[in-house]
Amino acid sequence: MRESDINSLIANVPKWEELSELPTPKEIIVGGELRESVIRDISRIKKEPNWMLRLRLKAFEIWKKLPAPNWLLGVEDLNVEDLAHYVKPAVSTKNDFQSLPEKILEFYVSLGIPESEAKYLSGLAGVLDSETILIRIKEWLKKKNVIFMETEEAVKKYPDLVKRYFSKIYPMADHKFAALHYALWSGGAFVYVPPNVKITQPIEAFFMISSSLESQYEHTMVIADENSYIHFIEGCAAPMFPKYSFHDGAVEVYVHRKAHVRFTTIQNWSKRIINFNNKRSVVEEDGYVEWLEGGIGARVSYVYPSAVLRGRNAKASILAVSIANGPYIKDSGAKVYHLAPNTKSEVIAKSISSNGGLTVYRGLIYMAKGAKNATSHVQCDSLLLDNKSRSVTIPHNQVLENSADVTHEATAGRISEDALFYLQSRGLSEDESKSLIVLGFMHDLIKELPFEMANILNTVVQLEFSKIGGVG
Amino acid sequence: MSSLKVENLTVSIENKVVLRDVSFELQRGEILSIMGPNGSGKTSLALTIMGHPRYRVISGRILIDEEDITNLPPDERSLRGLFLAFQNPVEVRGIRLSTLIFSALNKRRGEKNLLKSDPQIIPLLMKNLRDVGLSNEHLQREVNLGFSGGEKKRSELLQALMLKPKFLILDEPDSGLDVDGIKITAEKIKELASQGTGIIIITHYARLLKYLSPREIIVIRDGKIVTRGGSELSYLIEEKGYEALNGDLNA
Repeated sequence: MRESDINSLIANVPKWEELSELPTPKEIIVGGELRESVIRDISRIKKEPNWMLRLRLKAFEIWKKLPAPNWLLGVEDLNVEDLAHYVKPAVSTKNDFQSLPEKILEFYVSLGIPESEAKYLSGLAGVLDSETILIRIKEWLKKKNVIFMETEEAVKKYPDLVKRYFSKIYPMADHKFAALHYALWSGGAFVYVPPNVKITQPIEAFFMISSSLESQYEHTMVIADENSYIHFIEGCAAPMFPKYSFHDGAVEVYVHRKAHVRFTTIQNWSKRIINFNNKRSVVEEDGYVEWLEGGIGARVSYVYPSAVLRGRNAKASILAVSIANGPYIKDSGAKVYHLAPNTKSEVIAKSISSNGGLTVYRGLIYMAKGAKNATSHVQCDSLLLDNKSRSVTIPHNQVLENSADVTHEATAGRISEDALFYLQSRGLSEDESKSLIVLGFMHDLIKELPFEMANILNTVVQLEFSKIGGVG
Repeated sequence: MSSLKVENLTVSIENKVVLRDVSFELQRGEILSIMGPNGSGKTSLALTIMGHPRYRVISGRILIDEEDITNLPPDERSLRGLFLAFQNPVEVRGIRLSTLIFSALNKRRGEKNLLKSDPQIIPLLMKNLRDVGLSNEHLQREVNLGFSGGEKKRSELLQALMLKPKFLILDEPDSGLDVDGIKITAEKIKELASQGTGIIIITHYARLLKYLSPREIIVIRDGKIVTRGGSELSYLIEEKGYEALNGDLNA
């Protein structure tokens, strides 16, 4: 978006940080000890085909065997058996706003979602708790044979298509919580873009968790066939309920020859959410994947968008911006696997730590033998707003190809007392000065966003830094 | 009467006393100059009046229009009409000069969205930009980033012109400027003074004062006021240096 658009943004403050729970009617809640019967129950409720049940059970076996990752910080109190594994909200139909639960609709309106859907979006999916409660798609996409539906429906209607990709892009044995995701997955959106179709206006999926001690395991898939284009946007929100909830979603993106997928996430969970987001793309010859990730909310967040560049000239750009403001942890980064000649990747990771926050960059660049003349550049910039906050960079490069070129640059800066004083001497308060510096630091991300997402992000950042010192 | 008063100010930084018992008063529309050799405490005085957090006021007060601002944060002082044009303005990454100017103006007008750019301001901004000898390109750059010494000084002056403070402190406004730059600065200072801004010029050299004939010149050394007088003092310093004043005092 243009600078003048950013300048004309008007703060329309969403109120979810003040809410304790969102009272929404629920039809089914499955909780308790995590046993095979729980998985069978969920599968039965969904009336899904047998192959999917078998896939779930296989993932469940892997979950039981895998150890908890020993590098995780800040999830000591996470016990998945305390959580509701599946929460089905009571919703009648899924294609109009009016059928949404009242509180959810109010929320959507306060965020401007119906308006942006009308103006900017090609499609919109709404996920609440464990189910997709809203799916809307513009007519012309249907005529072009674009498939956009909840993932469960695609499993039933297009089993062959789904089977080709489901769990093939993001492997279930990647880590313990990936296995758990596949055992319990529910909700999410499935998009298939046929060859040569370019969807110029984005499709958005919006995720909400309404109460404490819930888990959300949505599974989103974007399949871009040859020479197609799609921009998919994810937004996330949750109120400030009394206890924590757990988000362990997955996104699988397949970029066929010459296709281009841009996947944008604005993660603004409340500070009660433990967030895992397992994101991976596979990119064929001359394909291009872009991951744009703005991680603002959540108590603890683990997100590493990744790309497997398997075809010649395949390209990946990953831009991740994360903010840890308060006693929170943002562990993020990017992984790129270069498997073919002339593949290219660029990673820009920016983190902001404030008020005791910890940001971690964890990255992997892998250059396989035979990835001739592949290049990768990684840039990590971290900004510390005070002395209590920390930032850690853990880059990892594995280069098995002599002609490949990997470069890494890192900068770490503290906002200097003098820079703050300078801005304050112009009449801006300390908080205003900090939020301006943060917005400036995030400019690379903001300028890439569509208007309404940039609007949300701007508002969120200003809010975030207007309450420094009073973080709950 | 609208005034900036400094009363018996004693200030330390990291337990070292840098100003002792400094007092003066400035009315709106007046020009005052604070002179002194390097390291005499001139910049400390400017930063203390603006409220830099590293400077601790041990005793004394600073007042704007009889209101004690000694314990106010810098932004509150700014909103009461104080402006400091820094000797060495810092680079602020991520914020464009235009954004800073719009934000500062929006803050003064009570506009909630600090980033809003009001098109009505643009003609005045363009005029001031030309007058101080900067271009549109400087507005789009991050504040002071990669600016030459002279460009930084011009940018400080531009901001002062846009914010129209009641009291403007210029710390070494002529260093790094060429002759034309010095002339422009002097003209703009006169213009602001004629419109009611009270001006403090902190300078080591007398050259800028030739254009301005301040009402009072205060000379400080080792954090203390050693002498004060009219414009003639600056000529004496220019001809014979600060040593001459010492002799004068010792006599």
